[in-house]
Amino acid sequence: MILLGAVGVIVRKHPVHAALSLVLTLFGVAVLFVAQEAHFLAAVQVIVYAGAIVVLFLFVIMLLGVDRVENLRTEPLTAQRPLAIIVSLGLLGVLVAALVSGSSVLNERGTGINVPDLQNGADANTVQLAESIFSQYVVAFEVTSVLLVIAVVGTVLLTRKNKIAAK
Amino acid sequence: MISLSLAPTATWYLVLSAVLFAIGTFGVLVRRNPLVMFMCIELMLNAVNLSFVTLARELNDINGQTIVFFVMVVAAAEVVVGLGIIVSIMRNRATLTADDLAELKG
Repeated sequence: MILLGAVGVIVRKHPVHAALSLVLTLFGVAVLFVAQEAHFLAAVQVIVYAGAIVVLFLFVIMLLGVDRVENLRTEPLTAQRPLAIIVSLGLLGVLVAALVSGSSVLNERGTGINVPDLQNGADANTVQLAESIFSQYVVAFEVTSVLLVIAVVGTVLLTRKNKIAAK
Repeated sequence: MISLSLAPTATWYLVLSAVLFAIGTFGVLVRRNPLVMFMCIELMLNAVNLSFVTLARELNDINGQTIVFFVMVVAAAEVVVGLGIIVSIMRNRATLTADDLAELKG
């Protein structure tokens, strides 16, 4: 299902269809997060990615009126597609080869990150993540909040300046 | 039991993540619509997030999930800024392909 959505993103001609395929993939990844005991990240994935980001994509598509069908038949650059296939397959090969050669590290499988905190019940993952974020990485956390503010202000500036120039 | 033998292992998750990353790369290289290219970049970020979560569980280390949290925050900021740039560019032009963007050309 995840791969179906991912392939859908790159082969659907209509940008809206590609965005909806992206939702499929993001939900699938969220399900895999749940399966790997990352409950908090799964919730964040559904809210932020499948909720906010895809809605933002669809909003921009509708706003710009660019929901035209893209012509995928014509090749804009000569030999671009075969080269892209070669590059992505090579990347896949390199990643899988690294995986095979490094898989011995994975065999020392631990007892699971949630087990020491089982007395916390269902919140064990969230509690652990919060302890990590708010103790060890609290500076990085603050920096990301500043980054978000900068992103919002910068986007407002980008779009607003253009509106003034158009008047 | 069949369900036990088919239970996904860490290798399965990592291979899936590699395949997702390769699909995202292919999309970025091939598609000409900037919005779809952004979607493919999101795909690649998700592939990396999936491998981070898998390794966090396998190596028994919560820091992997912390990094995924930060990646998500930065990806949200990146999408906001990128879509703002696309909107501000596309207001003045009719076409929407990455090939036509040559404003920075000297």
